[in-house]
Amino acid sequence: MGLGKRLFTTTAIVILAVATLGAGSSERFERLGHAMMCTCGCNQVLLECNHVGCPSSDKMRNELSAAMDSGSSDSGVLDRFVEKYGPPVLAAPLTTGFGRVAWIMPFAVLALALSGCIFLINRWRSRSGMQSALAATPADNDRAEALRMRARQETEL
Amino acid sequence: MALFGSFALLLALLFSFYALGAGILSLYRENDRLAETARRAGISVFFAVTAAALALVVSVMNNDFSLAYIREHSNIALPGPYKFAALWSGQEGSLLFWAWLLSTYSLVVRVRHKVDVKLSAYAGAVLAGVQFFFLLLINFAAPPFALVTGAVPADGNGLNPLLQYPEMVIHPPMLYLGYVGMAVPFAFALGALIMRYPGEKWIAITRRWTMVAWLFLTCGIFLGAHWAYSVLGWGGYWGWDPVENASVLPWLTGTAFLHSVMMQEKRGMMKVWNVWLIFITFLLSIFGTFLTRSGVVSSVHAFAQSSIGTWFVSFMLLTFCICLFFFFKNRTHLRSENKLESLVSRESSFLFNNVLLLVSCFAVLWGTLFPILSEFVEGKKVTVGPPFFNKVNIPIGLLLLFLTAVGPILAWRSTSFESVKRNLRLPGGIAFAVMIALMVGGMRPWQADAGVFYALIAITLAALVIAAVSSEFIRGAKVIRGHTGKSFTASLVHLTRRNTRRYGGYIVHYGVVVICIGFAGAAFNQTKEQELGFRDSMQIGKYTLVCQKYTQDDNANYSTELAILDVYKNGKFLETMYPERRFFKASQQPATIVANRSTMLEDLYLVYAGKNVDTDHPIIKAHINPLVKWIWAGVWIIVIGTLVALVPNTPAAALLRPSRSSGTQLREPAADPQAVEVGD
Repeated sequence: MGLGKRLFTTTAIVILAVATLGAGSSERFERLGHAMMCTCGCNQVLLECNHVGCPSSDKMRNELSAAMDSGSSDSGVLDRFVEKYGPPVLAAPLTTGFGRVAWIMPFAVLALALSGCIFLINRWRSRSGMQSALAATPADNDRAEALRMRARQETEL
Repeated sequence: MALFGSFALLLALLFSFYALGAGILSLYRENDRLAETARRAGISVFFAVTAAALALVVSVMNNDFSLAYIREHSNIALPGPYKFAALWSGQEGSLLFWAWLLSTYSLVVRVRHKVDVKLSAYAGAVLAGVQFFFLLLINFAAPPFALVTGAVPADGNGLNPLLQYPEMVIHPPMLYLGYVGMAVPFAFALGALIMRYPGEKWIAITRRWTMVAWLFLTCGIFLGAHWAYSVLGWGGYWGWDPVENASVLPWLTGTAFLHSVMMQEKRGMMKVWNVWLIFITFLLSIFGTFLTRSGVVSSVHAFAQSSIGTWFVSFMLLTFCICLFFFFKNRTHLRSENKLESLVSRESSFLFNNVLLLVSCFAVLWGTLFPILSEFVEGKKVTVGPPFFNKVNIPIGLLLLFLTAVGPILAWRSTSFESVKRNLRLPGGIAFAVMIALMVGGMRPWQADAGVFYALIAITLAALVIAAVSSEFIRGAKVIRGHTGKSFTASLVHLTRRNTRRYGGYIVHYGVVVICIGFAGAAFNQTKEQELGFRDSMQIGKYTLVCQKYTQDDNANYSTELAILDVYKNGKFLETMYPERRFFKASQQPATIVANRSTMLEDLYLVYAGKNVDTDHPIIKAHINPLVKWIWAGVWIIVIGTLVALVPNTPAAALLRPSRSSGTQLREPAADPQAVEVGD
C-alpha cells in the first residue's frame, strides 16, 4: 500500500471515529425563531428583538413554543405564522413562486460569471497560442531585451 | 450664526459652481490662467464650507434652539462630545458634514496639483461637480440652518439615545471619510478617461487614495458593527440591515479594485474593468446615502428619512450617463496591452477574486432591493433578512478565502500544476491537521446544523491562508538573509520595507482571516433569558450569574435601571457585571447599556432586557458569543497592514547600508536575478 493510500485510510478511520463521539442537541426553537421576524416594526429577527415591552415578540415566541408542542413540522409552524402575520413574517423569501428567484439569482450570476471567465481565458489563451505560432521568427535583440525588461518588472521582489 | 452659516453655504455653492464651470471651460480652451482661478475657487469652497460647519457646531454648543436642526438633535443636558456629534446625527447636518469632508479631500487634491497639473485639473472639475450637487442639496433641499417656526423652545428634543455612545462619535465620520473618499479616485479615473491620459501614472495616484478611503470605510463598517454589538443589545454585530448592506457594497467593489489594479500596473490589463470598478464604487457610495436618506427600504438605521431620495437618484443617473458617454467616446484608449494566458496564474486568481467580490456585491444588493421588486411583481411585501444573506454570502466568502490562500503562490502569466502542488503541500497539510484537530475537539458538522459545517470549513481555510501567506514571508526573508546576513526578523522587516504594498497586503489578508475566524465563532453562540431576584442565580455554559442587587438611578440626561451580577466560572468568582437600561428624558426613549466580559475565547454578554412588572425583578438575557474579540483584533491587523502598504517602498540601497553592529559588506540582492523569488 502506498503512502498516499495509507494516509487516506488513516484519515477515514480518524473521521469515522470522531463521528461516533457525542452528539449535539437539537436547537429547533432557536432555528425556527431565527427564521422569522418580529412584527413590531423593529426589523429584527424574532429571537433577537429586545425592545422593552415589545407588543409582538413575547406573544410570538409563546405561539412558536405552542406550535412546536402541538407536534407541527417545521414547515407547518412557518405556514401557521405566514397565515396569521403574512409573508413578511418570514426572515427569508420562500423557495416557491417568485421567492425562488431571490435564491436562484445570486448563484446563477456566480455560475455565469465563473464560466464566462473560464471561457474568456481559454479563448485568449488559444488566440495568443496561434499568434505566437504565426510569429515564430527569430526575435531581434531590441524586442528580446524589451521582453526581458518586462519580465523583470513583472517579477520584481 | 444662522445667517452666517447660510451665507457661507451660499458662498460655497457659488465657488463650486465657478470651479466647475471655469474648470470645464479652461480644459476645453486649454487656458492655464482660467484653470488656476478654478483651482483657487475650489480651494475657497473648503473655507466657506468649514465656516458653515463651524457655525453649526458653535450653535449646537450654545444651545441655539432657534435652529430647527439643533432643536431636533440636541438638548441642554446633552454632554459636550455628543453635542459635537449632533453635526452628523441628522440629515441636514450629515449632508453638511459630507460636503465638508468632500471639500477637505478636494483641498488636498488641489493643493497637491503639481503631482500632475493637467490630470489634477480634470479631477478638480469632476470633484467640483460632486461638490456642487451636495451644496445644492444643503442650500435648497435640506438646509441645516433652517429656523423653527413659531416660538423658540426652551430645550431641544435631544439626541437619539442609540447615538449616545462613544463610538457613535467616530463611527459616522469614519464611514463618511470612506464614502466621500471614493469620490477622489472616481474623479481621477473619470478625468483620466476624458483626457485619454497616457500611461498608468493615474492608477498609482488613484490606488493610494482608494486605499485610504477603503481603510476608512473598513474602520467605519467595523466601528458600526462594534456599536451595534455594544448598544443595540441583541447579542450580534451584523444584522444585514439595508443600511449596513449599503456600506458593504462600495467596500466590496473597492476591494476588487485594489486587487485588479495590480494587473493594470503590472501587465496593462483590465483597464475597462478597473475604470468601471471605480465608477461603480463611487455610485454605490452615493447609493448608500440614498438608501439611508430616502426611506425606500425599511431600516433600523434610517435615522433621517425624507424626499431628497429623488435628488440622489437624479444625481446617480446623471453621473452614470456621463461615465457611459466618456467610456464609449474613449474606449479605444482602454484597450488591454496583454491578455490572460493561463487559468492557473496570478492574473486569473485576481480575476476570479474580482468576480467573487462582485457577485457578493450583487447578492447583497439583490437581497436588499428584492422586497421592492417582489412588491412590484407580486404586489406583496417579503422580508429578506439574515438567513438569506448568510446562505448566499457564506459560500462565496469561503471561495474567496480559498483564493486568498492560493493567490500568493501563483506566479504572473502562468504557473504549472506541479509548482502549485509543491507550494501548497505544507500549507495544505497544516490546514488538514487543523481540520482534524477541530473535529476531534468537537466541531462535528454531521451532528449539528450547517453553521458548524461552515465554521469548520472557514477555520480550515483560514489556517490554509495563514500557512500559505506565512510561507511567502518565510521564503522571502530567507532569500534576504542569504544575501545580507541579517537576522531572520531583520530580514522580514527588510523584505516588507522593500515591497510594502505586497507585504502590507499580506498583513491585511492575515487580518481578514482573523476576522473570518471570529465570524465562524457565531456558529456556537448560546443564549438564555431569565428573571433574577435578589440572590437568584442563572447558569449559562460554564458561567453562573448571581444577582447581588437591582437598583435605579437618575441624572439630568437620563434615568437608569441596572442589575449587579456576580459572575462565576466553574465555581470561581470572576468579576461583577452591571447590565443597564437607560431612559433618556428629552427624547423619551430607552437604550441598552450592555455588560460585556470579553476574552479571546468568548464574550459573556449580558443585557438588562426589562423588568417583570408583577415581581419587579429584572429580566436578564445572557449570551455566550465565542471568538468575537477576534473580529476586532482582525480589524487592527487590517489597519496595520494598510498603513504598511501605504508607506512608500524603501530603495534597496538604503536598506543595504552596512549596520554598525554587523559591519558586513552587503550585496544588492536584486542585482542577482536568481535571488528574486516569485513576483508580486
